[in-house]
Amino acid sequence: MDKYIETPITDEVINNLKAGDFVFITGTIYTARDAAHKRMYETLRNQEKLPIDLKNNIIYYMGPSPAREGRPIGSAGPTTSSRMDKYAPELLDLGLKGMIGKGKRSKEVIDAIKRNNAVYFASIGGAGALLSKSIKESKVIAYDDLGAEAIRELKVENFPAIVVIDHDGTNLYEQR
Amino acid sequence: MREINVDKITEIVKEMCINVNHFLSEDMREAYKNAYDSETSEIGKKILGQLQENLEIAGEEMIPICQDTGMAVFFVNVGQEVHITGGNLTDAINEGVRQGYVEGYLRKSVVSDPIIRKNTNDNTPAIIHYDIVEGDKIEITLAPKGFGSENMSKIYMLKPADGIEGVKEAILSAVKDAGPNACPPMVLGVGIGGTFEKCALLAKKALTRKAGEHSQTEYVKELEIEMLEKINRLNIGPAGLGGKNTAFAVNIETYATHIAGLPVAINICCHVNRHITKEI
Ligand code: SF4
Repeated sequence: MDKYIETPITDEVINNLKAGDFVFITGTIYTARDAAHKRMYETLRNQEKLPIDLKNNIIYYMGPSPAREGRPIGSAGPTTSSRMDKYAPELLDLGLKGMIGKGKRSKEVIDAIKRNNAVYFASIGGAGALLSKSIKESKVIAYDDLGAEAIRELKVENFPAIVVIDHDGTNLYEQR
Repeated sequence: MREINVDKITEIVKEMCINVNHFLSEDMREAYKNAYDSETSEIGKKILGQLQENLEIAGEEMIPICQDTGMAVFFVNVGQEVHITGGNLTDAINEGVRQGYVEGYLRKSVVSDPIIRKNTNDNTPAIIHYDIVEGDKIEITLAPKGFGSENMSKIYMLKPADGIEGVKEAILSAVKDAGPNACPPMVLGVGIGGTFEKCALLAKKALTRKAGEHSQTEYVKELEIEMLEKINRLNIGPAGLGGKNTAFAVNIETYATHIAGLPVAINICCHVNRHITKEI
């Protein structure tokens, strides 16, 4: 089913999302991939404050190609989520509600999704040009020195994704 | 002796980097089209449609097909009658990569050290494989490699007794493990024989063969066809969400090996299987 959702994402919306749904996301989402996750993890270990507010928000596992003049962003498709599995459960426990990436997740992540009533979306890997069209603004808000791996705040309009693991833990990759 | 100046090489490499990340070769576009036409899964067809649309947007608006514009892998055949002037060939290629990735708005995805992990900010160094060949030309093939699929690649040191059945099992298990992570439909480069590093190199090189073209060796050609059928029955499908197009092609290269060994390497590439060749 096609569903249109907005961020921040509420429990009511999450309860209504089922594995296999096509969603179109509008609002603010944050990008973070390997290096940014590592740094957030270290920040938490040092009992410092994270650079983004996780509560009810979505992290997109993505590091874009550079934007040409006059454009908000370059190519912007998902990276493999499993590399973030080590860090995701803690972020979910801190209020993160959604993740967008591609590929399978670990049992620990799926448990954390269920525990926190969250959701895992996939966007289409290798469709970065197409996906960039739904990104209207992009701003680096932390870890600028990481280049493509910096944390970005994106304004998205009808960003297409597919619910792969819903709040019950139902997993589309296992259902084929 | 024919003289070729390094500046010319740099210029051509730069253009190749930009071109290959925005336009797929004709054989790959044909593979997308055939997959779209043959796909029976509704979701699979929808995804293949979007992947084709992605290619259109990439070419028309000059947005890279995929944000992972890869590590630049080169196969360079240097004619032994060529004299390179003005500098060093490896530096010239790396300079072309630098200019192409910086001026072409491509992502810089290379870190200078695997443990310290500091970005080099210009996507160098490239991975360059040289061969010395006859003639007075240089042939350069560039195949930028994304790591979503590279990470799912495998190498097996099988025993001679494992035979062709062992090879088939190895290929299938690599594809199953890769699943959605490798951005299917995939292209598989398989190297059989040689030594540990030779079979990996064969596998990488096999990815630069045109999709749809088969090995000249009869049993290898049959193996390619059989494995493609078997893989496409796994129902991994486009984006790993089910369907009959899990792979576009299985390209296998073989080489002589040792009496005690049967090395097999499976280099997995995603649907964004970029390769371009230029002769100077
Ligand atoms: S595996 Fe290929 S298509 Fe997927 S993100 Fe990497 S380069 Fe892009």
